[in-house]
Amino acid sequence: MDLSLLVWGDAGWGDELFFGALMTLAVASASYLFGIVFGTGFAAMKLSKITVLHLIADMYTTIIRGIPELLVIYLVFFGGGAVLRAVAKGVFGYGEFIDLPIFITGMLCIGFSSGAYSTEVIRGAVLAVPIGQIEAARAIGMSKSKRFFRILVPQVSRYALPGLGNVWQLTLKETSLISVIGLVEIMRQADIGAGSTKEPFTFYFAALLLYLGLTSISNRGFLRAESWANRGVREI
Amino acid sequence: MDFELMIESWPKLFAAIPVTLSLAASSISIGFIVAIGVSLLRLSKNRLLSNVAYFFVYLFRSTPLLVQIFLIYYGSGQFKDFFESIGLWVFFREAWFCAILSLTLNTGAYTSEIIRGGIQSVPFGQIEAAKAVGMSKGLLFRRITFPIAIRQALPAYGNEIILMVKSTSLASTITILDITGIAQKIISATWSPVEIFIIAGAIYLTINFLITRIVQWLEIWLSPQLFRDRKSWWKSLRENGQQAAEVQQEFR
Repeated sequence: MDLSLLVWGDAGWGDELFFGALMTLAVASASYLFGIVFGTGFAAMKLSKITVLHLIADMYTTIIRGIPELLVIYLVFFGGGAVLRAVAKGVFGYGEFIDLPIFITGMLCIGFSSGAYSTEVIRGAVLAVPIGQIEAARAIGMSKSKRFFRILVPQVSRYALPGLGNVWQLTLKETSLISVIGLVEIMRQADIGAGSTKEPFTFYFAALLLYLGLTSISNRGFLRAESWANRGVREI
Repeated sequence: MDFELMIESWPKLFAAIPVTLSLAASSISIGFIVAIGVSLLRLSKNRLLSNVAYFFVYLFRSTPLLVQIFLIYYGSGQFKDFFESIGLWVFFREAWFCAILSLTLNTGAYTSEIIRGGIQSVPFGQIEAAKAVGMSKGLLFRRITFPIAIRQALPAYGNEIILMVKSTSLASTITILDITGIAQKIISATWSPVEIFIIAGAIYLTINFLITRIVQWLEIWLSPQLFRDRKSWWKSLRENGQQAAEVQQEFR
């Protein structure tokens, strides 16, 4: 095992792996936020009284949670470009060859799957808000939007925080799958390094440590956020 | 939609079901045994043992499975001479062995936490009672702790099994031709992702649906007293809608 391969600069792969880690963080955050937006929408559908919306949201979470992410990635990677080209040709009359950028492909795939988990977390958090709070807000004459932003949002975000922390860990780990379609994040960079130096263990071990670092640091961040969000809340 | 391609390729995808199932079955069953061991170590009074178990669980839960698979399959190649000298290279050169090893360790780590949660949820009075009637440690674990713990842990374990079935798809990255591997091969040859995705997705969904059913049935069989007034799915969906309507009435 030749650790000098991992030094910073032209001689080693330290800087490449570091930038790979930044790419992992970028794509993970983008998919995570996309997933939360998605999850909020689908949670609203799951809580709606219209059975059809409920069914659609149920189908979405069932499909995403029952089919491997890798398969979804292949679908979007091989199919996304065709859809984009069809839209470009049909709507804008643009006939040149275009393809979905890998970053967007990855963000969509990981975001979809992260969104399915966020949906359940957010739905649970909404149901956890005591109904009496809403009644009280109505009793003092708050408008609907005020009730939403002053009563519901602060409490839902507090209840959802631990679950969303778990979703973040899942999302971060899932980004490694995007390496199969060539986005140069940690895993892909390790592949390239392993291929050109014939030292696979060194590089995959470095990748392992990078992921370990990212998850540990972000886990600590979420714990902090939780204790910040729960300041002033009575402990049992 | 290219139906001809669908008709042509479904036998190939169907033929890969045993590969996926055997990967899942072997890693889940060996992983379960690993998990019991790890969770007992984790709960042991010996600080060293419990720290080792904690480290194992932490390592495998906070890194992606793909890294673990590559580290074991490709990484072992770097130490080929060493593995040859101790006679283990015959195993590590096989993609199957590496896939099952990494899946087993991965599910072992996750499952051990589920079992630990189950064991810790066993009411202390039950253990006291067993001690009072003079059960030995082994008998107590076999007759009291384990059966109660497994009932507690079953719903979470069902999720873990489904996650594992999904995870076996990663074995396709190290040359194993499971459902996802075959699907990827056909997709990159024909560039018809939608058709193949529908068939492969339907296979995975069916497998996972059957697993949820079996787990649910197990749950009911193990603790029938909890399911006396069970509702049909449609009825619970309707009631959910009604409940949502009531909630929204309150919000208005």
